[in-house]
Amino acid sequence: MAKLRRFWGWAIASMLFRLALIYFPRNLNLGFRPEIATPVTSLRRLAEGYWLKQSSMSPYAGSMYHGSPLLLSLLGPLTAKRFEGQPSHIACSLLFVVADLITAMLIRTTGQYLQSAYSQSLKHLNLMKHLEASVCHPAGDIAALIYLWNPLTFAACVGSSTSPIENMIVALSLYGACLGLSPLAAFGWVAATHLSLYPAILLIPVILLLGYGPDSPPRKLFVGRNFSSNGYESLPQTCHFSWRPVVYFILWASIWSSFVLVLCSISLMQYGGLFEMFRRTYGFILAIEDLSPNIGVLWYFFAEVFDFFRDFFLIVFHVNILFMILPLAMRLNHRPCFLAFVYIAISSMLKSYPSVGDSALYLALLGWFVNELADMKCSFFLLCGYVGVTLLSPVMHNLWIWRGTGNANFYYATAMAYACLQIILVVESVSAMLQHDRKMRKQSIEK
Amino acid sequence: MGNVRPVLIVALVALGCFNLCYGGEEFSEELLLRPLPDRKVLAHFHFESTTPPTKDYGHHHHLFPKAIYQLVHKFRICELELSFTQGRWNYERWGGSDPISSSNAKPPGVELWAIFDVPLDHVDATWKNLTHTLSGLFCASINFLESTTAYSTPAWAFQKSSGSLRYGALPREAVCTENLTPWLKLLPCRDKSGLASILDRPAIYRGFYHSQRLRITSNEFGSEGIEPGIDLEQTLTIVVQPDDQRTSMSYSSGKIQQPDWSISSIFGRKISGTCVLARSSSVFLELESTLVSELNKVGVDNAASDGDITFPGFELSVAPVRVIKERRSSSVLFEFSVDKYHDDNPLDIGVKWKHPVVWSCVQAPFQANRFLLGSGNERGSIVISLRSTVSQRIFVGDEFGDGCEVQVVIFQVVPWYVKIYFHTIQVFLDGQLELTSAVIEKIQVSPSEDRVSPGVMEVALRLPCSTMSAVITVNFDKGFLHIDEYPPDANQGYDIPSAVVRFPDIQASSHYLGDNSSLDSPILSKFQENNPVLSYTEVLLVPLATPDFSMPYNVITITCTVFALYFGSLLNALRRRVGEEERLLKQKAAGKTALLPLILSKLSSKLRVRSHESHKSASPSPLLSNKLIMKAILLAGLAVAWHFYFG
Repeated sequence: MAKLRRFWGWAIASMLFRLALIYFPRNLNLGFRPEIATPVTSLRRLAEGYWLKQSSMSPYAGSMYHGSPLLLSLLGPLTAKRFEGQPSHIACSLLFVVADLITAMLIRTTGQYLQSAYSQSLKHLNLMKHLEASVCHPAGDIAALIYLWNPLTFAACVGSSTSPIENMIVALSLYGACLGLSPLAAFGWVAATHLSLYPAILLIPVILLLGYGPDSPPRKLFVGRNFSSNGYESLPQTCHFSWRPVVYFILWASIWSSFVLVLCSISLMQYGGLFEMFRRTYGFILAIEDLSPNIGVLWYFFAEVFDFFRDFFLIVFHVNILFMILPLAMRLNHRPCFLAFVYIAISSMLKSYPSVGDSALYLALLGWFVNELADMKCSFFLLCGYVGVTLLSPVMHNLWIWRGTGNANFYYATAMAYACLQIILVVESVSAMLQHDRKMRKQSIEK
Repeated sequence: MGNVRPVLIVALVALGCFNLCYGGEEFSEELLLRPLPDRKVLAHFHFESTTPPTKDYGHHHHLFPKAIYQLVHKFRICELELSFTQGRWNYERWGGSDPISSSNAKPPGVELWAIFDVPLDHVDATWKNLTHTLSGLFCASINFLESTTAYSTPAWAFQKSSGSLRYGALPREAVCTENLTPWLKLLPCRDKSGLASILDRPAIYRGFYHSQRLRITSNEFGSEGIEPGIDLEQTLTIVVQPDDQRTSMSYSSGKIQQPDWSISSIFGRKISGTCVLARSSSVFLELESTLVSELNKVGVDNAASDGDITFPGFELSVAPVRVIKERRSSSVLFEFSVDKYHDDNPLDIGVKWKHPVVWSCVQAPFQANRFLLGSGNERGSIVISLRSTVSQRIFVGDEFGDGCEVQVVIFQVVPWYVKIYFHTIQVFLDGQLELTSAVIEKIQVSPSEDRVSPGVMEVALRLPCSTMSAVITVNFDKGFLHIDEYPPDANQGYDIPSAVVRFPDIQASSHYLGDNSSLDSPILSKFQENNPVLSYTEVLLVPLATPDFSMPYNVITITCTVFALYFGSLLNALRRRVGEEERLLKQKAAGKTALLPLILSKLSSKLRVRSHESHKSASPSPLLSNKLIMKAILLAGLAVAWHFYFG
């Protein structure tokens, strides 16, 4: 009970802190930071799109807005609202605070469910000793608190970018899939894909989650265990793939996606329709047309690469995300939630317009596996790296853009360092997870 | 025979002259001189050629330049204006509402606009061809206007048009003699005789401002114009500072003595006769209304005028043919005819000031300026400020009460890398933020598209007459270009072309007293046309952030290395099987390559799993599994024995 109260205390404190930051004089100008507001997620561009739509032009006229038309109808009226004496976009910022809270709650519930399901499957394997031997942290609470108190989340929430909404939708999808709610999972997946394309690869973890249930130790262990110990009837559902929820999911996904497409085509009826939307949103993401600096590595690459090779490298970089999907799915199919985390981390590292909001999400999801990844290597180095990059990136940007004493390479170097850190994080977490499974297998064989 | 030849020649010349003068083609040359308040002199050359329509007259011309005729016909041009300008017209000192400053003061660099008489879907292609042709014709890089990012289609703010108007400007074009020479070649006498012969190149380019302009108006293509045919108007406007020897002794009673000047002191040459092909050839000296009233004041003081040549306050070296007065304001034009003068007796109009005079020009109701806010290479704001001038009262009058309003139309083109947020348009009147809907009467924008089209903003404001200052701000983000899109001097920055500010309610025209027959001079009829007051703002220089131009290879290799690091290390982490590695190491330590048993044990384990699966459906029995294990052990033992025996 005391633990619960402590969690809520921290959560409320983080909300208050966000509100204080929103009311901070001049809003800290976070909305102009390239690390926070990318061309796809910037709220200023959304306001511009809304203005264009209000003056009966296509919201995609000009190269300003590249988001979803539905988000425009939802957030647009809020951006146009002005309150006397309040910072601009206050309504949207309040909405983002609420979205952050919802995301945290979803992450917390999912984490708690994951943990209970995991300890149950350990019980099946008679590995409770292992569970008791190590200190068991409440993974859900930790993940939610990481999300709520991560400075990157603060920045994304206060810095008027739409990534809190996108994160919420992704968390919703994982929540629905974890709890076996096919319609909810399908809605989350369709909406997240519609908003930012990259969550499309979450299809695999979501289907695995629905089919096999949440994360568990490798399936082989159960198979070996069942015959030796307590009979067949208590074999958990993890061992066989249940098609029913998956079929439901596919059905619901098609319903939701046709629903979303119909809504979009209605709202873009006289402005070029769906083709224009796909060209301006997905086309913009895939073709990397905007070369303004961000924390990714692609902007500088495509600003410098010879035009002749542009298409080739576009394909190579996008395929790099896709190439890793299958090997990861094969190796981690018993841990769909962890798979989802790895996918999110990879896509937020290699996406065309990354922002710190994406990092905030996967860092929070990392909290789900705090027990399993206890002996991950390089974690202190990674923490220092994240802190260092977060501090250096604005400095380098300032040196290049504002003072003119540095050049583009300064900023590019921090982007490079950031990419390397993310690579190390992904690789180390994956190998730590595999190591954990290995250890478990060893223990179960020893028994 | 000896007598016949001169007669023949005379007859031919007479015939030619008949053709030239009375066949419908006309050419006229005029020069207007005007002293400016800041001790400078404005010289405005006006050459006009007209030709009757082709269907009456045919394709052959004696005076009209063939190049222009072909241009008009090839691209079906209704109207075209091309100007080359160096320097900036000082609206504050040189006037802002008279016909010269409204239609001849042009933005720095090249400005080109044209209206075509072609179907709307052919307009862009025609424009592209036209830019290339003009670029060749005038030795300028007008062909840069070919790209869709460089030109725009103003809807209503620049001119009333039906969609076939295209407008483009190159603010950074350097203008020099190589542009002037082809321009002069279009004149029938070139610069060999007539008024153009005084165009001394160093004198022109030494000046503070010069703008050569070419305007074609044609009614060839069936539109219901008043006078069909093609009209080619060529003007050259220069502002120069006359050399003055008397500056040292000029400070009497705090007023600065105006410099004395003459045509020869400005251009270094005198007018030695007319171009024989010109129908009319005259020189005007204009005194503005404010100057006239100032002179009259002085004139009252010492009214002792002796003779025709002397006027109150100054002396003319040549007697004018006549004096023309303006109807509304009281400006005065002195006309000099060049016909009487020839090589031995050249015309050299000079002005000698007797008293120091101070006056100021009539300005537009609002003085338009434009500047940038913000530092750094990420974002900024464009500010267009309109300050009310003293002259405003002349136009709108004091008697108007609260209902009086002035309409201001702003036309602004920005290149695509200046990404304007149109929702951030704010209007401040006298420093107070106003609701945009209250002040902006009409607004039409076409947002810029990356690498495709520039952003165009057309705003009509309706300002109360009592407004002292109106400020429009709009925020923008600076774009980042590809390394190839930067010009060679990327760190200099980019120029945003001038904005055009129009006052549609206020006409810039002068109406002269006198009957129409005596005012048939083309330049005066031009001045009497009703054109709205128009002014251009400054060109803005926007610095953009640059990438490191020297290291595309480094960036490519480093980025690819990071990608390889990601791919390789992640795949390695996934592929690694620690248990097998350990076993392999052990076997290596044993010094034997135990490949076969490894395969066998793998096979057995596979078998085991498969049998498990097959038994899942059957009745599960622990005994069976024990049996299976025994079997596997047996198999492994066999394998080891086999290996031991044969290996």
